[in-house]
Amino acid sequence: MSVTEAPPAHPAEEAEVRKPSTRRRLVPYWLLLPGILWLLVFFALPMVYQASTSVQTGSLEKGFEVTWHFRTYWDALADYYPQFIRSLLYAGTATLLCLLLGYPLAYLIAFKAGRWRNLVLVLVIAPFFTSFLIRTLAWKTILADGGAVVDVLNTLHVLDVTSWLGWTENNRVLATPMAVVCGLTYNFLPFMILPLYTSLERIDGRLHEAAGDLYATPATTFRKVTLPLSMPGVVSGTLLTFIPASGDYVNAELLGSTDTKMVGSVIQTQFLRVLDYPTAAALSFILMAVVLLVVTVYIRRSGTEDLV
Amino acid sequence: MTQQQTEGGDVRLTGISKTYGSFTAVHPLDLTVPQGSFFALLGASGCGKTTTLRMIAGLEEATTGTVSLGGRDITDLPPYKRPVNTVFQSYALFPHLDVSENVAFGLRRRGIKSVKKQVGEMLDLVQLGDFARRKPHQLSGGQQQRVAVARALINHPQVLLLDEPLGALDLKLRRQMQLELKRIQTEVGITFIHVTHDQEEAMTMADTVAVMNGGRVEQLGAPADLYENPRTTFVANFLGTSNLIEGEIVSTGTDVVVSAGGGKLRLPGGRCPSPAESGGKLLVGVRPEKISLAHTDDAGAIPEGRNRVTGRITDSSFIGVSTQYVVESPAGTALQVYEQNIERDGRLVPGADVVLHWNPEHTFGLDAAQSIDAGVAEGLEDAA
Repeated sequence: MSVTEAPPAHPAEEAEVRKPSTRRRLVPYWLLLPGILWLLVFFALPMVYQASTSVQTGSLEKGFEVTWHFRTYWDALADYYPQFIRSLLYAGTATLLCLLLGYPLAYLIAFKAGRWRNLVLVLVIAPFFTSFLIRTLAWKTILADGGAVVDVLNTLHVLDVTSWLGWTENNRVLATPMAVVCGLTYNFLPFMILPLYTSLERIDGRLHEAAGDLYATPATTFRKVTLPLSMPGVVSGTLLTFIPASGDYVNAELLGSTDTKMVGSVIQTQFLRVLDYPTAAALSFILMAVVLLVVTVYIRRSGTEDLV
Repeated sequence: MTQQQTEGGDVRLTGISKTYGSFTAVHPLDLTVPQGSFFALLGASGCGKTTTLRMIAGLEEATTGTVSLGGRDITDLPPYKRPVNTVFQSYALFPHLDVSENVAFGLRRRGIKSVKKQVGEMLDLVQLGDFARRKPHQLSGGQQQRVAVARALINHPQVLLLDEPLGALDLKLRRQMQLELKRIQTEVGITFIHVTHDQEEAMTMADTVAVMNGGRVEQLGAPADLYENPRTTFVANFLGTSNLIEGEIVSTGTDVVVSAGGGKLRLPGGRCPSPAESGGKLLVGVRPEKISLAHTDDAGAIPEGRNRVTGRITDSSFIGVSTQYVVESPAGTALQVYEQNIERDGRLVPGADVVLHWNPEHTFGLDAAQSIDAGVAEGLEDAA
């Protein structure tokens, strides 16, 4: 539509001239369409379905009916709050351990690895080439009674301390909280390292030099420059670890005992064994709400105002 | 640089060198920068000037030699313990801190609590008082550069190191910042060591310029002295433009006479590398603006006693204040002549036969053993 063009004589012509620009304006929506459809079919619809399930009553034989029975939520929470607390505790501990293990490694890859950088990155994601289940089962062997790890920990009397703390029992690691947390930490570590690496890698190395030049010791440089600048990575890493870890049930099932059940295991049992669909659906929604709450508070707390 | 000859705060580099594996970035180097001077390290990229600066800052460990400041050996001190501050080439401002916190960074690290007044004064000095709450990415290049200067200066370092701080700015802003930095240096009286590849910048700002090439200092001196009396072909070509003509020495004495391109050229004996012996080779140099150009028809009007070279104009370009000619001659190819545009001779067009003449006093001699083209490519590259 150039300015020199003659003004359109008829409204019909005008409409014809405008057509391409309308089409162009619609392009973003066309691009959105596949994703929206996907989310609609595989996220929104199941959510609505589960929400309605959670307020149904009945049994498998007689069939379920929507009776707006919100009491299911209250009952589910009253029955399974220990598993909820445990889930958050285990997921939180695993997230913290991932951060403590992952940050130094991400720092090393970003600033010190040099030509080994790509190799180390490949090693970080190498476990993904094996199935999640097989890797978790491998930990069963690693932590097995009489295995090398347990023997060493026993010899060093580490297990006496952890048993006193309630993390392990009877000089064994398997089927204890420690085993579950170890499994969670191991399985979610790459989700911590990768975002941390990405945000550390973006930091200009000359900022470290500038801080050193301005009388900051290496420790102060880390505290005042590196850490604040890597906060986006810390936040996304902890979220990518904490959220899936709090809903995880594989680690608790394979490495834990009945005393270490997490809410994920309960939901799985309710859905697939007890076949109490309303309770299972209610538990799912409570877990979602709790995670959302924790994450919101966390993001608020670690927002930009805390970065200075 | 003459007012303070005391050891007070001189920066003294003794036999300092830096090697990376088999590559020597800086050959053993002795250098003294007097307190309160504006010192420039000038050279093309890769000449070792930045490495030298970084060794003073402590950001690079010297392979050999020592760095001392005011008589105190600081070679083994980490950067955060040295009383020097750096203005980095890319400014390296902290992106998560605002302007005032960037400037206060050094003060806070030294445990100074009440920084507000000092920061305010420093921002006023660099004329950024209204920008205290902005983040670095909200500032223009020139403003960022001034924040970087303020952030370093507020610590009252004994020496301020500037690593090509103006490289990222456009020409006009660069000229403005050069004057600004010079003003600040005069005002605060701190020693400035300035690394640059821009010879004009070095000459405008510094009291003393050290021209570096291949990890060595080629020549050191006041800008005018370096320009008028280059001692190597590299300095002659890198600092401005030089016409270098190779010739054979015919006679020596107060004046040295050289035969080149079928003619005789005269230059003061004092401006020749010693010893100048008859029969030896010599590079005769003259700056383009010292040469006058006359059409061959007017050759008779040229006063006696001036050096003359005949040739033919191959190219001329008008650049406002002057016209630059390229002259082909038996004495040397592509001689450069800059003529002020006072009275332009219409006959001086490409193809015209001309006589180049200049005062023998303005001629310098260089050792013919060196490459005649040293520093030419670097000079052109940086001018572009």
